[in-house]
Amino acid sequence: MIKTDALIIGAGPTGLFTAHQLRLIGLSCEVVDNLDKIGGQCIELYPDKPIYDIPAVPECTGEELTNNLINQLKPFDIKFHLNERVDEVKKENESWFVKTNNGTSFNTPNVIIAGGVGSFEPRKFTPKECEKFEGKSIFYSIKDKNVFKNKIVSIFGGGDSALDWAVELSNNSKVNLIHRRDEFRGAQSTLNKVYELEKAGKIKLFTKYQLKSVKGNDQIDSIDIEHDNKEIQNLKSDYVLGFFGLIMQLGPIANWGLNLNKKTIEVDTEKFETNQKGIYAVGDICTYPGKLKLILSGFHEGALAARACFKLAKPDEKYRFEFTTTSSNLLKRLGKKE
Amino acid sequence: MPKITYVENEGKSHTVEVDSGLTVMEGAVQNNIPGIDADCGGGMACATCHVYVKEEWFDKINKKSEGEDDMLDQAYEPNKFSRLSCQISVSNELDGLVVDLPKKQ
Repeated sequence: MIKTDALIIGAGPTGLFTAHQLRLIGLSCEVVDNLDKIGGQCIELYPDKPIYDIPAVPECTGEELTNNLINQLKPFDIKFHLNERVDEVKKENESWFVKTNNGTSFNTPNVIIAGGVGSFEPRKFTPKECEKFEGKSIFYSIKDKNVFKNKIVSIFGGGDSALDWAVELSNNSKVNLIHRRDEFRGAQSTLNKVYELEKAGKIKLFTKYQLKSVKGNDQIDSIDIEHDNKEIQNLKSDYVLGFFGLIMQLGPIANWGLNLNKKTIEVDTEKFETNQKGIYAVGDICTYPGKLKLILSGFHEGALAARACFKLAKPDEKYRFEFTTTSSNLLKRLGKKE
Repeated sequence: MPKITYVENEGKSHTVEVDSGLTVMEGAVQNNIPGIDADCGGGMACATCHVYVKEEWFDKINKKSEGEDDMLDQAYEPNKFSRLSCQISVSNELDGLVVDLPKKQ
């Protein structure tokens, strides 16, 4: 069990600057994020797109903004728990017990949700029966490619993941590659390889098809795919892989007893606290009258939530407002002064 | 002002006036029409403002943007009339446009 003054859920720009603010005022904190990297939407959705409305930064990309925020955190050695999703938040005496899907658990008086629009999850197949095969015959990511050896694998999708795995698995498996249209969005060189493998009979290509239904009991026997013109084909398959990219889901946050408004969490504008004492929400995921979904608003909200954390983390001390230009305490924490 | 009709998956229909120059996505969000999430805010960086354009309108609206089909690959149950509503700009010519909303985004 990790004890910390505050736990931040979400490593996007708001979560990162909130961590900075917490450490600056002398509180400890750790950060959990479901993605495998730091940066949230900025890095996952628009790493190369320029942003023009960060104060004092005329233009920067999502990736540059993320790197600058990481640099700003350099004086503080902050522990990030990536590839982990917070599944459980429950009250334990005066503090919160928080547990991730990997089993990491925290005890903290303050939980700050900086979750954007939720966690990134793979887009899944729509036929209902797919759910019961998930993790057995249907996968949305690959952990061990050896299970596919000498099997028939049907791969859905048109991006790099689908193409790369089609090429890779065609070495030792029979591969069907199915995509909803003729064009693929993956790298041209990989696509050329796919076409070569198709000619060589190593990959069967089905375009303008989508998954219609899955047949089988414990394991999949075959699948039906449907063409744009409604024609249906049955393909023998042992495994089905779906690579449709990531979508954002509110996920477990919906179960923590918070007042929600659509996909956002209601907060006050003094502490950015939710209806639960010690749980705050900042950035795109919070809502209040006048809320603007801008990165700069997230910075403001995080700064205020961090101050609110102080009271619960150090009930016997008084928080004193200080400037980084003059305070020797702050300069020490920033590593600028002995 | 052009009128746009949004039909929810269960059949409930909403007809609203949308200023020329706005997108079909913005028209939905500003009028609180359920079924269009627009998580990324119109940056064509997600696929949560996905709509099916009525067949008779499909060829009358502006063509798909570069990369739009790539995002639609990631949408929920896309078909050949699928569009991202953030990429359809409203004009007088689109007065009467009807779009169907998917079961979910």
